[in-house]
Amino acid sequence: MKQFISFVQKEFRHIFRDRRTMLILIGMPIVQIVLFGFAITTEVRNINVVLLDPAKDRVTRQITEKLAASDYFNIVGIIGNSHETERVLLDGTADMVVAFDERFDEKLYREGKAAVQLIVDATDPNTAITEINYAAQIIRETQMEMSGISPSGQIIPDMRMLYNPQMESAYNFVPGVMGLILMLICAMMTSISIVREKETGTMELLLVSPVKPPCIILSKAVPYLVISCANMITILLMAVFVLQVPFAGSVAWMAAISLLYILVCLSLGLLISTLVKTQVAAMLISGVLLMMPALLLSGMIYPVENMPKILESVSSIIPARWYIASVKKLMIQGLEISCVWKEFIILLFMAVFLLAVSIKKFKLRLQ
Amino acid sequence: MITAEDLHKNYGGTEALKGVGFKVNRGEIFGIIGPDGGGKTTLFRILATLTGADSGRASIGGLDVVRDFGQIRRMIGYMPGRFSLYPDLTVEENLNFYAMVFGTAVADNYNLVRDIYGQIEPFRKRRAGALSGGMKQKLALSCALIHRPKVLMLDEPTTGVDPVSRREFWQMLKKLKEQGMTILVSTPCMDEATLCDRIALMQNGGILSIDTPEKMVAAYPEKLYAARSGNNYRLLETLKARNDIKMCYISGESLRVIFRTEETPKMEGMEIRRMEATVEDCFIYLMQQ
Repeated sequence: MKQFISFVQKEFRHIFRDRRTMLILIGMPIVQIVLFGFAITTEVRNINVVLLDPAKDRVTRQITEKLAASDYFNIVGIIGNSHETERVLLDGTADMVVAFDERFDEKLYREGKAAVQLIVDATDPNTAITEINYAAQIIRETQMEMSGISPSGQIIPDMRMLYNPQMESAYNFVPGVMGLILMLICAMMTSISIVREKETGTMELLLVSPVKPPCIILSKAVPYLVISCANMITILLMAVFVLQVPFAGSVAWMAAISLLYILVCLSLGLLISTLVKTQVAAMLISGVLLMMPALLLSGMIYPVENMPKILESVSSIIPARWYIASVKKLMIQGLEISCVWKEFIILLFMAVFLLAVSIKKFKLRLQ
Repeated sequence: MITAEDLHKNYGGTEALKGVGFKVNRGEIFGIIGPDGGGKTTLFRILATLTGADSGRASIGGLDVVRDFGQIRRMIGYMPGRFSLYPDLTVEENLNFYAMVFGTAVADNYNLVRDIYGQIEPFRKRRAGALSGGMKQKLALSCALIHRPKVLMLDEPTTGVDPVSRREFWQMLKKLKEQGMTILVSTPCMDEATLCDRIALMQNGGILSIDTPEKMVAAYPEKLYAARSGNNYRLLETLKARNDIKMCYISGESLRVIFRTEETPKMEGMEIRRMEATVEDCFIYLMQQ
């Protein structure tokens, strides 16, 4: 036990004395949360709108005011005729041109319908769709408000975004960032720290000592476990207080599933360390084989449901996918633990399997 | 205390050890002398239970290195060829850590390491990575000794160490030997061979000869001459071209020559005198056979 404590103490010293490691461990979660929360966001704001409004009547003015009042749109100009549409889109004055019909008000009341054209630059289709959706929503809302006065009883489709009514991207990214950070710290840092001892030759001395290998391995894992937990708390606090993501579910279960995920990542790190000989190799393997899939195939950026069958099956062996899914359910949707039993069992199975393999593979001797 | 019998070890296609066998007696300094790549480190790793031999047997204090590796690990102090301490921990922390790893405390065995550790103790708060080569080796030796091992295995402990620290290091080994410790040490440095009680000359994974350094040089079978002139390289070329020369090579400031004939030929500008063979000469002679 004394041996174990001095081992752990030694590991902490390694971490605290290396400024770069410290910076990665402490700074990374904060930077990622801020980046994903604010900078890298799928939300579209500050859409520059140019109006083409030959009618200039009560309804078009009301829609224009609504657009201008929203956070998403800035009215930057007015054009006189439709020939200018392309010019303002091309020279970057406008992201979107809103073109109303002539005699808009009149048509709406007499014929029961009036057209408004939303023209966007769709070189980035996702942004274009988002912009169109925002505008369409606002137009519908205006119409609904006016329907009291309007004789035409049009059916307005009632669209609601569940759990994320404002379509805040932070709701999606917080679980993703948690999955990513924990993977990075546990798997990458653990594997590097073990491989470093192999590379510098200190492992040779530890191996000739009477210390049991499980003791060496566990002492490597403990500091990263502690740091991961601290990071998770930081991420959650920042998510709730800075990004205003609601914490709807049970904190205890959230902690439980996170610990399970941390265990999976630690065992992955241990496994990598038993397979490679150099720190660079450990970094590459954990970077390419762990981070990339965790980023791309976990459902953090692209929904798993949209993937081709083969990628979907690949994604099912990625621990981050199950963790992110369960965090979304537990934290944001506020579901009971019974709803994530599948994820829970999969992660548990992964942890047991990886831990067993890596302890079996850890060599008592050099090659 | 240490026995090795017909040890073989292959790495991929290369034979690192080709049947190495020797015995080390209790309380002696046994040197494995040979150039780099001769298989010294492999031999040390097998004896330190770090790697297994392909065939052959080895034992330490009667314990088999494969079967009883657990017990052996408690009784040996091993110092690998590379500096294998933590550069980001201080001198003191390194020593305390290794003491703890072997289930002891620095205070318990302080008297054993006092002579060595005492010299670096003024720097105990300094990080090990910032020590000089000689001080690093002293720290590594302290760490290897801290659990009072019965057998000390030092793989090239003086490589990269300045001559003064080197001499001090060997003096420490002598003191440890006087306390009854068995010491197995390897070095590529031929002039350190005379500091050992017995030596084994090792080359290309095989042992050329085992004896005390004195007996080994006494057994040198040829008459060896030292020759020198203003230009040793030209002299070497000239001598090599003659057919009454059996062997000729440069060693330090002069040439070593063995003649096939009894009397030595006279040459313009060449100083020549009879000399006693050194361990290095023995090594080169055996290598050529």
